[in-house]
Amino acid sequence: MSRRRVVVTGLGTTSPVGGDVPTTWQALISGTSGVRYLEGDWAEQPVRIAGTAAVEPTEVLDRVVARRLDRSAQLAMVAAIEAWADAGLSDGAVDPERLGVAIASGIGGVTTLLDQHDILKERGPRRLSPLAVPMLMANAPAANVGLLVGARAGVHTPVSACASGNEGIALALDQIRLGRADVMVAGGTEAAIHALPMAAFAQMMALSKTASENTDDPTAPSRVSRPWDTGRDGFVLGEGAGVLVLEELGHAQARGARIYAELLGAGITNDSHHIAQPDPEGRGGTRAIQRALDDSGLAPGDIAHINAHATSTPAGDVAESLMINTVFGKYVDELVVTSTKSMTGHLLGGAGALESIATVLAIHHRVAPPTINLDSVDPGVNLDVPATARELRSGDIAALNNSFGFGGANVAVAFGSLA
Amino acid sequence: MATTEEIRIGLAEIVNEVTGIPASDIQLEKSFTDDLDVDSISMLEVVTAAEDKFSISIPDAEVKTLKTVGDAVSFIENASAA
Repeated sequence: MSRRRVVVTGLGTTSPVGGDVPTTWQALISGTSGVRYLEGDWAEQPVRIAGTAAVEPTEVLDRVVARRLDRSAQLAMVAAIEAWADAGLSDGAVDPERLGVAIASGIGGVTTLLDQHDILKERGPRRLSPLAVPMLMANAPAANVGLLVGARAGVHTPVSACASGNEGIALALDQIRLGRADVMVAGGTEAAIHALPMAAFAQMMALSKTASENTDDPTAPSRVSRPWDTGRDGFVLGEGAGVLVLEELGHAQARGARIYAELLGAGITNDSHHIAQPDPEGRGGTRAIQRALDDSGLAPGDIAHINAHATSTPAGDVAESLMINTVFGKYVDELVVTSTKSMTGHLLGGAGALESIATVLAIHHRVAPPTINLDSVDPGVNLDVPATARELRSGDIAALNNSFGFGGANVAVAFGSLA
Repeated sequence: MATTEEIRIGLAEIVNEVTGIPASDIQLEKSFTDDLDVDSISMLEVVTAAEDKFSISIPDAEVKTLKTVGDAVSFIENASAA
């Protein structure tokens, strides 16, 4: 029996550069940063910049719906509402028993947890919200999206730190291939721009502190996330969500759905090296990329574009260049490699999902977004990383999206033009 | 000392905030579950907010006796007077 094929029929996002897919894509193609100074009481914090959501989710969602959700779930709902409408699947176009969800989060409802802890300390246990648990639980975004679309085939929440979003997509691919669902609403979300997680990342020396000391120049934050540049010194935290509607090919064709791209395959590995540091030789990531190609039936020459994980950390960006060169060898020159984190910052559990949307749209529109702030490419990086949007070649093409996370997680997913 | 109507209006504002039900629908004879479709967790939210707003305490055992808006208004009225 031939393997069931999976296609992308709906996209939704809310990100630091836009409140929906068209706005986000236009910002990415034109090289617009969503990194800005944090407003309010951040003066004592070591890092005062982030990629905050361009559109407040509470401005979009129904008030009563929004107040019952942690911010991470609010962002996921905004993205899912857009993706679901984009796919045209309302009005019973899919059997609920054949509809599943895989919405990942790296950290879960952390702002609810911390805010409720403040209430507990200041006002006592009787003032806690009765909704605290269903708001802060890690599967709340997936569960609320499941309720939104009426999914009954399984609602999942993969957690693998910054690889979570891609793992959600990989899990959804498996569910459809295994015949457990015909449609999966998949992606990831994160909302961790709060003093505690930001200070904790800063304590690991993971976040860039550039532009946080002197806040006189309002454009300075937009230049801090600089993957592969010699001046990079850590990532910038972002927030947002990305949701893709994934659908079995025959199911999509039977209803005449618009198909953006095919989800060809995925590769999941673990470094088994260190809890928070990447393997310096990038062996786990290399194996994930190779497995994604093998799973997809692709050769290195088939890939035209990679949306890299590249977070703007000194070690990680060089390691990823090594991985890509190891897998692609002489074909590396045919790849247009992009880090959209240069514009959005790092969405943690939302990153893989947002970047998969960018990868799908790069195939769909035949153009790769740029990497901004690339003034001087690190000599350890041997990749074609354009500073402005670059047209992709014609004919059948495929593209990869890489995500790597604490805990040694590596997930690469491959999308292709529908052959 | 708030009047019965002032307490009803204050409670209606809370129920509206929690559930989105128009405040004008929240009348004394209405049942929280049967008429207003307030689920049990939402009811606990209303209780928590009412304790805060009216500076009273509503013991857990009392919550399930508050079937109607009128029950809750009476409880708040008596608790405030105590």
